[in-house]
Amino acid sequence: MSAVKVGILALQGDVREHRQVLESLGVEVRQVRLAAELEGLAGLVVPGGESTTMSRLIQRFDLLGPLQEAFAGGMAALTTCAGTILAAREIRDGLPDQVRLELLDIVVRRNAFGRQRESAEVLLEIPAVGPEPVPVAFIRAPAIEEVGPGVEILASYRDEPAAVRQGRHLALTFHPEITGDPRLHRLFLSGL
Amino acid sequence: MSQNGHVETGTARVKRGLAEMLKGGVIMDVVTPDQAEIAQEAGAVAVMALERVPADIRAQGGVARMSDPSLIKAIMGAVSIPVMAKCRIGHFVEAQILEALGVDYIDESEVLTPADEENHVDKWQFKIPFVCGARNLGEALRRISEGAAMIRTKGEAGTGDVVEAVRHMRSVSQGIRRLQGLRGDELASAAKELGASLELVREVATTGKLPVVNFSAGGIATPADAALMMQLGCDGNFVGSGIFKSGNPLLRAKAIVQATTYFDKPEILAEVSEGLGEPMVGISSSSLRPEELLAGRGI
Repeated sequence: MSAVKVGILALQGDVREHRQVLESLGVEVRQVRLAAELEGLAGLVVPGGESTTMSRLIQRFDLLGPLQEAFAGGMAALTTCAGTILAAREIRDGLPDQVRLELLDIVVRRNAFGRQRESAEVLLEIPAVGPEPVPVAFIRAPAIEEVGPGVEILASYRDEPAAVRQGRHLALTFHPEITGDPRLHRLFLSGL
Repeated sequence: MSQNGHVETGTARVKRGLAEMLKGGVIMDVVTPDQAEIAQEAGAVAVMALERVPADIRAQGGVARMSDPSLIKAIMGAVSIPVMAKCRIGHFVEAQILEALGVDYIDESEVLTPADEENHVDKWQFKIPFVCGARNLGEALRRISEGAAMIRTKGEAGTGDVVEAVRHMRSVSQGIRRLQGLRGDELASAAKELGASLELVREVATTGKLPVVNFSAGGIATPADAALMMQLGCDGNFVGSGIFKSGNPLLRAKAIVQATTYFDKPEILAEVSEGLGEPMVGISSSSLRPEELLAGRGI
C-alpha cells in the first residue's frame, strides 16, 4: 500500500477515466473512499461528477477533516469540473452548506454555461503543456469567476479561467480525462 | 472535433461524457419540485422528472405519456443537478419537445406506453443525450446503434422487486463475457444472433464492456438492492418508486446513495440500512401477467 503515491477520490464520478490516464502513464493509483486510504499519498485527483453528491458523502462519512489534514500535510490536488467546485474558496449557485476544501483562492460558479446542450468538446490552448492545443470536454461545466493574487491562469475558455494553478494544486473546469490526452496529468505528476 | 472551430456541442463524447459523470451515483424519480429538492439534498446525481412514478402508472393503467412541460420546467428550476425526462418509445416528437425544454437527458422509456412498436427514436438526430432500457446485450447494442449514450437495464419498474434487474444485469454481463471468449471469425455470426452491428460486437469483444455507461433500474427499493446491483457490475442506479413510495423518502434516499458508493463494504451497508422505516410495499414480478410486464416493450 505504501508504494502507491497517487489517489483518486472515488465517492462518485468519472474515477475510471482518471485511473486509465494515470495507469497509461505508468502510475499505480489507489481509490479513496475512507480516511485511512489517504495515508502516504503525494497526490489526490478529485474527479468530475456531481459536486453536491460528493459533498453530501464527504459530510456523512466525516472526510472533510482528514482531507484537509492530508492537503495541509503536503498532498497535491488535481481537480476536474466538480472536483474544482469542491476545491474552491467560494462556490456560487451551490447548496447553502456545500463542502469547500478551500485549496485554491478561486470563486467558482456551478453550471456557468448552462445545461447539457451547452456541453462541448473544445481544443484548448494550454501553453504550459505544449504548443499543440489539448482536446478536452466541458460538461455542464463550472467557471472560475474570480482568482486570488497567488493563482496562475494556465488556460481560459469563453473569457474565464479554465485551468489554474496555485502552489502544488492544479484545478480544471473541464475534463482532459474524457478525451484521454495525458499532458495535464503528466504536469500534475511532475509536481509531486 | 470540427476542423476549423474550437468548440463542438452535442458530440457523442459529450453525450456519453455526462453519463460518465453520473457513475457511482443514484438517479431518482420525482413528481414534484419538492421531491426533486429532497433528492438533491439526499445526494442524487440527477433526477427523472415524471408525472407519476412507475408504481402509480402500473396501478392506474391507461396510456402513459411524456409529462407536462410545465412540471418538467418547475423541476428544472428547483434543482441544480441534471434533470432527465421520459419520452415514449419511438415518439420522436415528444423527444423534440424535451430537447426544446433543455432537459439534460432523455429516457426513451418502456415505462411509458410505446408510440411505435417497430422503431425507436433516431437518437443521433438530437444534441441532447438519450438513455434507453435493455434486458440483454443485443437490446443494449441495438439501442447504442440508434444513438443511445447511456444504457440502463430495464428490470421491472414499479414493482420494488429486484429480481428482474438482477436477471437483466447478469444477462448483459454474460453476453459480454461470451463475446470475449469467441474467436474473431465467430463474431459475425454472434452479431447476427444479437441483431447488432459487427463493428459494435467487435468493440465489446475487445474491451469487455459496453461503449457507454450502464446503470441498473427497475425494482431497486433498498440500500442492499443498490449495492447488489453495483456488485453485479452496474455503473450506478436508477431508483423510481422505491424512494417516494417508502415511509421516509429522505432517509431512504440518503441510504441508497451511500450504499451505491460503499457497495462493497458490508459494515457500512449494515449501518446505513438501519431504521429506514417502511420500504415500498411492492409486488412480486412473478405474480404479474405477461401483458403487465413493461420490460418486454421496445426490444
